[in-house]
Amino acid sequence: MVAILVRLRLLVLWNTLKRSPWQAVWIVLGTLYALGLIGLALVGLVVLGFTSPEVARTALILAGSALILGWIVVPLLTVGVDQTLEPAKLVTFPIPLRTLILGLTVSGIIGIPGAATLLAALGSAAAWWRHPAAVLASIVCAVLGVITCIVASRTVTTLGTGLGAGRRYREISGIIVMIPLMLLGPIIVSVTAGLGDIASVLPRLADALSWTPLGAAWAVPGDIAVGNWLVATAKLLIALATIAVLVLIWASSLRAALVSPPSDSSRARRSGKLGFFTLYPASPTGAVAARALTYWIRDPRYARQLIVIPLVVVLMIFYSNLNNSSGLVSIAPALIALVLSISIYTDVSYDGTAFAMHLASGVSGVADRAGRVLAIATFAVPLIVLVTVASVWVSEAWRMLPAMLGLSLGVLLTGFGVASVTSATVVFPVPQAGDNPFKSPPGAAVPSLLASFGSWVVIGILALPELTLTIVSAVTGQMLYGWLSLATAVVLGTLFLVLGVRIGGRTLDRRGPELLARLRS
Amino acid sequence: MSMGDTPSNSHAPEPSPGTTHPAADVQHALPEPGTGGQAGPALSLRGLAKSFGAKAAVAGIDLDVPAGSFYGLVGPNGAGKTTTLSMATGLLRPDAGEVRIHGVDVWEHLVEAKRLVGVLSDGVKLFDRLTGEQLVTYAGLLCGLDRPTVDERVRDLLALLDLEGAGGTLVVDYSAGMTKKIALACALVHAPRLLVLDEPFESVDPVSAANIRDILAGYVRSGGTVIVSSHSMDLVQRMCDHVAVIANGRVVAAGTVDEVRAGSTLEDRFVELVGGRRHAEGPEWLRSS
Repeated sequence: MVAILVRLRLLVLWNTLKRSPWQAVWIVLGTLYALGLIGLALVGLVVLGFTSPEVARTALILAGSALILGWIVVPLLTVGVDQTLEPAKLVTFPIPLRTLILGLTVSGIIGIPGAATLLAALGSAAAWWRHPAAVLASIVCAVLGVITCIVASRTVTTLGTGLGAGRRYREISGIIVMIPLMLLGPIIVSVTAGLGDIASVLPRLADALSWTPLGAAWAVPGDIAVGNWLVATAKLLIALATIAVLVLIWASSLRAALVSPPSDSSRARRSGKLGFFTLYPASPTGAVAARALTYWIRDPRYARQLIVIPLVVVLMIFYSNLNNSSGLVSIAPALIALVLSISIYTDVSYDGTAFAMHLASGVSGVADRAGRVLAIATFAVPLIVLVTVASVWVSEAWRMLPAMLGLSLGVLLTGFGVASVTSATVVFPVPQAGDNPFKSPPGAAVPSLLASFGSWVVIGILALPELTLTIVSAVTGQMLYGWLSLATAVVLGTLFLVLGVRIGGRTLDRRGPELLARLRS
Repeated sequence: MSMGDTPSNSHAPEPSPGTTHPAADVQHALPEPGTGGQAGPALSLRGLAKSFGAKAAVAGIDLDVPAGSFYGLVGPNGAGKTTTLSMATGLLRPDAGEVRIHGVDVWEHLVEAKRLVGVLSDGVKLFDRLTGEQLVTYAGLLCGLDRPTVDERVRDLLALLDLEGAGGTLVVDYSAGMTKKIALACALVHAPRLLVLDEPFESVDPVSAANIRDILAGYVRSGGTVIVSSHSMDLVQRMCDHVAVIANGRVVAAGTVDEVRAGSTLEDRFVELVGGRRHAEGPEWLRSS
């Protein structure tokens, strides 16, 4: 049965390769990339073998802990473990739970991330070439470590996308996991801040991690190499216990998931609450804006883009305090403007086939584009002004206010224009409504990264005038350039916005049916 | 169920097109502005074709749907029903052929044509993070209706479809049948002259289905035209006055229900036309006793 599940996994992989040549290209590139990384890692490991066992031990524990953490986090963020063998799809088959867990674990190793992790972990033995006993231990522990990676990853996804849980919980769980992770940097730094400089912090961090589920398995060979057999045994037990506990949690959540399909507690509410539809004028543009703004609040896929904003602010303030420089705080508003403005470039992709309603109603492309921009502008423009004023206030450079306002507003308006064209032209593979907002379909990461990078470059070029004027104002300290920057931003930004809406609208009118056809596929 | 009653030419208040549309230029695109159904076919397809890759989903369909008719479109899975209806309503660009709705060339005058037709598509999502009431309002505003008109029609439609109690619930939390009904409300809100419904009765409970049938029958009596695709032969035979059988992307039979079924039941006639029926009891091991 396990063999059947594994064969199924391979078959799916092979079929995806056959289905789309581009996916094949990405997988080949991914494989090459992974192989390159492993090669580098092996060279590093052999070099590590020349150093003292303590150094090798510290490096391996830190790397190994990061690896397990990565396996837990990545599926919540992007491509992650392949979900071909989702429990939901296997629920109708009479597979014993034990077999299912074994099959899912083994199939987790198949595929680029799993295989790469296994190779790299086994390669860690190379670091112990001067300690034969540690080599043996590291092979055993590498397998344990990789199993921990996969089981932890599966456990978290099963818990996170909790099949048995209600819709709301399912949708926001990804965001809840996200917040502490983004703040991980500041937390670690502030916890270890009292411990002195980095060189002395790392061994202590590694020591601490080696007693936790994250680092235990990776610490065993190092402890053997320095002759600490008792400690090594204790950590091996921790590693084994980790796997056992994870499997138990996984099994129980899987058992729960298999018997309780996704259910929704629908509350019957009175009608008569039209929400944002009363806020905007009763026109197609106003309707699109009201709908889009509702989605910004109710759809976690949009909401997650908003959650990032306060976090960016916190991180920037934190790191600029760390370096005693206000540079990061000053550019934060422009960066937020950039992220916010192009966040609508996947708008039509997020609509999915619901876009058919726009198409069937014969609403004009310009109204569609303008409505979506209107919705985000409703909160983005005040927000950006507020953040800019706040950042100028924090860095006590009031003379820079017009220049900074020019830069951030220019980027925002230009970005709206660019994103209006992008979203009418390209359909991105995005999580469907109701999916985990951080889950992205296989092969999605690279195209959407390319598209957002491309959009950034275009916005950068189009916003070059106000950027130049802002820099000139900062260097010369003359307010005149600041005011010029603001004026340029308003005029040019509005121009690009109108152009973007026009061009995007015309594209939508012309290619709407083709867009829908691609959304359907 | 009364069958084949002659649709009257008069327009009842509900399906009255044109009157509330701000776009005045709609009218010149119509061959006979203001006149109702009988002048020509509500929908006419000529040589309609569409291929996906090497597979021809629709291979040259000619079809006339008389104005004021209740037209059933039946065919086996994968026959091309959804593809045909998508092309007929301006949602999917045909490779070849022509579509006219009340004389308006759909692919030449997309916006004008779309104002004449209400669509319920099968297999597309709705903006389900809106409440039912918001969704229908959205559909109405997108079509360019003004707010008082939309408010009034949304109230009427929710009452008509028995969704008043659920108007404030998010559509994502609706049952499958309620979702179909709210989609139907969205298709009706701009008072189209032609309704194109792809699988409107799928997963709808019998009571709601009967209610929807009554609404559609009333719509036809008041001069509108309805096209439904369905798997249920029995339903089509009882409900529709015309029917077309589609198989492998072609029309194999079309006409009034009585003409097509030719004395037999529609289901038997369908199986006869389409083929593929096998008379076997299944393999030995499947017989449990």
